[in-house]
Amino acid sequence: MTLHFTPALAQVGPDADVVVTSRARIARNISGFPFTNRASAPVRQEVLRVARLAVERVTPPSAAAEATSLHWLDMQRAPLRDRQLLAERHLVSRGFADGDAPRALALSKDERTSVMVNEEDHLRIQSLAPGAALGDAYDAAFAVEAALGHHVTYSFHPRWGFLTACPTNVGCGIRLSAMLHLPALRLTNEIERVKRAAEELHLAVRGYYGEGSESIGSFYQISNQVTLGASEERLRDEFLGQILPRIVGYEREARAVALANSRTAVEDRVFRAHALLSSARLLTADEATKMLGRVRLGVACELLATPLSTVQRLLLHVQPAHLALIDPRAAEGTEAECEVRATIVRQGLAQAPPV
Amino acid sequence: MKCDLCNKQAVVHEVTIKNGVSNEVHLCHDHAKAAGMQVPSEAPMAALLGEIAAVTEGHQIRERPTKCAACGLTFSSFRKVGALGCPACYDAFMPMLGDIIERAQAGATAHTGMHPRGSDDSQRVQAVRASLMRDLEAAITAEQYERAASIRDQLTSLDGGNP
Repeated sequence: MTLHFTPALAQVGPDADVVVTSRARIARNISGFPFTNRASAPVRQEVLRVARLAVERVTPPSAAAEATSLHWLDMQRAPLRDRQLLAERHLVSRGFADGDAPRALALSKDERTSVMVNEEDHLRIQSLAPGAALGDAYDAAFAVEAALGHHVTYSFHPRWGFLTACPTNVGCGIRLSAMLHLPALRLTNEIERVKRAAEELHLAVRGYYGEGSESIGSFYQISNQVTLGASEERLRDEFLGQILPRIVGYEREARAVALANSRTAVEDRVFRAHALLSSARLLTADEATKMLGRVRLGVACELLATPLSTVQRLLLHVQPAHLALIDPRAAEGTEAECEVRATIVRQGLAQAPPV
Repeated sequence: MKCDLCNKQAVVHEVTIKNGVSNEVHLCHDHAKAAGMQVPSEAPMAALLGEIAAVTEGHQIRERPTKCAACGLTFSSFRKVGALGCPACYDAFMPMLGDIIERAQAGATAHTGMHPRGSDDSQRVQAVRASLMRDLEAAITAEQYERAASIRDQLTSLDGGNP
């Protein structure tokens, strides 16, 4: 795993001022096996074998499809650093990165699409897209779901649909989510109102790293909770056509109001963050993320001329495993870690003129 | 649907029938709470499972599934862990699991999305219809008219019509 790849997280997509990335994730289980939590080590190995055969059969042989072809990664043997890199890129869940049970990841070369094997469900097919390009993620994930479906039989119930270990995913088994940057809603405390509205629409609102995590830098993950009783297309159209535009609209409105009523205060917050990042000699991951969030707001509001792609790239590179990849001295927990992080951020911002 | 008292989304719906005249009440989270009505919870699985257990313990009518014959998972350990053991658990733990799914899935009682390639459509539809008909009967017996209406809608859409 190297930095030559261009993860979706570091790219700039539609509605990038508010939507960082979108994701579609499909849960499927292979018929004839107990679910992962109830499967012994030999059964898990057998699931891996069956899944791997299916993955290898769908890998397109043509060079044109090279970017989307899936490569098999044995997570039990993968070095800790690689597993952490995957988690920081949101390609695997934290639990999947940390565990030691037999499990694997099939990952596309462009790092957009992946299949976690032996997660909570046998197969967790997911695709990431930059910005609000959720339709692309949805199409890519279902293309893999359909292709794998030629080689394995999915566990399906006539009434409940696709069966999942947790009944909260049953039916379509599809979880659509978007990573949103909502600094103005947070600043004006409107975020609580948005959270309540989201709950009424049966959406989950979570922090930077999903379930149980806090919001750092005003980044929030929002996802559907209902997976039963509606078609896949309807779930997608509601999320993409109604929910996302509404929240994006709220945030833009809050930014416009904040700039109209207290421009100096907003500018002060943005420029202070930029100044801190341009001068600091030691930075923790949390502080860097928080301050980069403010710089991101400044870029989106055209207060700073820093390219959004630079901010996206830095948000990824300040994470511990990425930092250690860029400079091996920066092992997590050392003073060198904070020093290297500050240097990388300083250099990254200096390459782009601030105003 | 909007709340009867304000513009918010209604989360509690109650239909009462008195002397043959039905009266509908739709309230948002806050107004339903103020009226002392039970509000559908957005609680995580564990809390949801606890609630269901409390409800089912008060009712002796429904038979109580205890163990999945296929994987050996007991209903009580499912309640603790929140995850099922295998596909057969879905049938083994009915009808209680059906209640849990309905609560977790905002009242949905059947899958209406795509199905895997090669599965027999007519068989599938028949099985769903039979299962929904049983639920409909149970709902009417229990005078849960709101729920019965929702099940009827799903039966209609199963026949290709719009609910």
